[in-house]
Amino acid sequence: MSSETRFIDFKSDKQPTWCPGCGDFGTMNGMMKALANTGNDPDNTFVVAGIGCSGKIGTYMHSYALHGVHGRALPVGTGVKMANPDLEVMVAGGDGDGYSIGAGHFVHAVRRNVDMSYVVMDNRIYGLTKGQASPTSREDFETATTPEGPKQPPVNPLALALSAGGTFIAQSFASDAQRHAELVQEAIEHDGFGFVNVFSPCVTFNDTDTYDYFRDNLTDLAETDHDPSDFDQAKDRIMDPDGEYQGILYQDEDSVPYHEAHGVTEDMTEIPDGAPENATDLVREFY
Amino acid sequence: MPADFNWAIGGEAGDGIDSTGKIFARALSRAGRHVFTSKDFASRIRGGYTAYKVRTAVDQVESTVDRLDVLIALTQRTVDENIDELHEGSVIIYDGERTSMQDLEIPDEMVGMDVPLKSLAEEAGGAIMRNIVALGAACEVTDFPIEHLASSLEKRFSDKGQSIVENNKTAAELGAEHVRENYETESAEFEYELETTDEDYVLINGDEAIGMGAIAAGCRFYSGYPITPATDVMEYLTGRLEHYGGHVVQAEDELSAINMALGAARAGARSMTATSGPGIDLMSETFGLVAQSETPLVICDVMRSGPSTGMPTKQEQGDLDMTLFGGHGEIPRFVLAPTTISECFWKTVEAFNLAEKYQTPVYLVSDLEMAVTEQTFPPEAFDMDEVEIDRGKLVDEDEIDEWLDDEGRFRAHAATEDGISPRAKPGTTDGAHMSTGLEHNELGRRTEDTEIRVEQVDKRQRKVETAREREDWTPREFGNTDADNLVVSWGSNEGTIVEAMDLMGEDDPEFRFLSVPYLFPRPDLSEAFEAAEQVVVVECNATGQFADVLEHDTLQRVDRVNKYNGVGFKADELADEITEVLQ
Repeated sequence: MSSETRFIDFKSDKQPTWCPGCGDFGTMNGMMKALANTGNDPDNTFVVAGIGCSGKIGTYMHSYALHGVHGRALPVGTGVKMANPDLEVMVAGGDGDGYSIGAGHFVHAVRRNVDMSYVVMDNRIYGLTKGQASPTSREDFETATTPEGPKQPPVNPLALALSAGGTFIAQSFASDAQRHAELVQEAIEHDGFGFVNVFSPCVTFNDTDTYDYFRDNLTDLAETDHDPSDFDQAKDRIMDPDGEYQGILYQDEDSVPYHEAHGVTEDMTEIPDGAPENATDLVREFY
Repeated sequence: MPADFNWAIGGEAGDGIDSTGKIFARALSRAGRHVFTSKDFASRIRGGYTAYKVRTAVDQVESTVDRLDVLIALTQRTVDENIDELHEGSVIIYDGERTSMQDLEIPDEMVGMDVPLKSLAEEAGGAIMRNIVALGAACEVTDFPIEHLASSLEKRFSDKGQSIVENNKTAAELGAEHVRENYETESAEFEYELETTDEDYVLINGDEAIGMGAIAAGCRFYSGYPITPATDVMEYLTGRLEHYGGHVVQAEDELSAINMALGAARAGARSMTATSGPGIDLMSETFGLVAQSETPLVICDVMRSGPSTGMPTKQEQGDLDMTLFGGHGEIPRFVLAPTTISECFWKTVEAFNLAEKYQTPVYLVSDLEMAVTEQTFPPEAFDMDEVEIDRGKLVDEDEIDEWLDDEGRFRAHAATEDGISPRAKPGTTDGAHMSTGLEHNELGRRTEDTEIRVEQVDKRQRKVETAREREDWTPREFGNTDADNLVVSWGSNEGTIVEAMDLMGEDDPEFRFLSVPYLFPRPDLSEAFEAAEQVVVVECNATGQFADVLEHDTLQRVDRVNKYNGVGFKADELADEITEVLQ
């Protein structure tokens, strides 16, 4: 691990094909900065990406990476981290990947509290399939598949995380580059599952949740008296139907990550040339 | 007197039938006798009834038969269900004080032994030990030294405290005493005498053998979701894998289980998951990704009766097509099916080596009967010194240079001559790369370039061809090689067919038997088929899935013996069926 690692080292030579102005550019830059700032380098970092515009991130970043199937990025990251706790594991996804097809895994990853970070590019739309409602789309958001809007309330990912026992719950805005990078860095440094929901506007298919909308409506919790260690305050902010917040909503300072709770601290990747020493004990058990 | 002895205990679910059966099986094993157990299924399907059968002999036993010599009947129904298997001289041990058993009618040619199981158990310290009283009685009937039962009770109950062990020993002694005092004449005339030997045997089931094989093979990560009959693999590994530096995770579903296992494998750990058919359906989503990203992974399918929820606790070999062909697109893979319980161990070891050498998913296909059968083996059958680990083309920091392109990028999917690319564990300097389910170039970058697409498809398929050349796919062979008739089977039917062969007389048709553990790639049986006058394929499914692929391979029609009522083949029944087909 080199102290001279710069964020550019995490960039691959592949040019992103995201639409010009896509929030995912800013989201990815912040991820790379946060990785570099925390002393990681591409050879000890594992990025897992799912499917959707967000899923392309594994291609545009340079690190060990797996671009998996739709919605299952968190279980992959979980396996990577357990097998080699020395790796820095970052899982990236979108609102469809994480809160629709992967919602089940999201809740369980939160409660498992594996020491990794999860960055969700939430644009409140399905962009790669050209503009259908996502689980975070507004109730009246009209799309080709929901001509009168979804007519159901959007998923509140922060509330899901809080109710599942989340130990680090943050939200950022792709356009506020510095704050976004800081928050992802905090998620990496957190002892446990560091979750950051990133407002990452889709400039092509979402004319409601735009850069301007977030600039006008976002409150930075750092500029308020919000205490992230206070569960009740976090609950009030998260359940506030009118507020859009940036910052750490909740952080459990006593978080015990999975590997500590379960004693999973060994690198599992090195094995002997034959059966493990004492393997014959296993046979004797059956006498 | 036949060389083998058949015993069963039957009652209602919740009567502790399995536990009692295992205690008796262990007592026999500790006395140096071979054992083969089975769960006895109700012939008339109705809730509640359950039974555990133990077949034992001084020589190895490989299957079960339709004969019962001693039956412990906790319910009237146990007698009714087994009446066809009981014979002249069979002993039925029952508790006549139990209201429902008071009108029990025992056929004249059999011996009923009324033993007050509950009263004697209470005398020993608690009614819960009534089955142990019955075991004591059974020992006396069969002239089987009760100290072996005591030794088995010790193993079973030692973690519950010495007083519990002693109470159970007393219960067994009281059962034996009751028979001695009340049925001296009958027990003296009983034709079975269970002699003991000095051999030490291992008593193990198929799921445990797979779990033990995984640890032996260096598996360090297991993620799974409970499902009958694969759960015992996970239960075996839990607590043991940790002891060898690994970890077991119970995932939220099978989708997660296979993806966690995939993640651990990408990190460089030997990793596996186990499930049954419904779980394989879910895992199929990720199966293609495992192959496309060239990740070494072992996926175990302990088959049960399907489709859908089917008959979850019944036997079937119905997932062959699924494991051979399942998943969209064309997915290179290996499919292994152990043919015996000890082979469950060795095929698991082999599966891990194949997975890593060829960076390809391996289906390890077992079934319910192997999962629930406890069988004895000499400990040498699991000789840990014989276990060899081959991690394939795993490159370290010194070797990685030759696999970097002109710009220093690691060629993780290099299209080599044998199809096998180098593999660098995350953490290896200069090895950073992405792998993906998308079609990709040698760097793992997405591509739709027509030439690269063909190159990568060919490269992945070439790994299977390389394996076909380098590895040994020979089937297991039994019987007379020169016989006119050929019987072929796969998976757990091997022991039953071998025994059926022994049961067949001189007047019955002779046959050569090939037991095939390698389903893909599989051995080329063309010559064997051509040499045979008649070929019979035996399998536990309705449509003859293996017969279909063998007909396709050899361009020759076969005869089929199929069973799909939920119960596996039995040796005596199979001997008749094979004879009928061959005549």
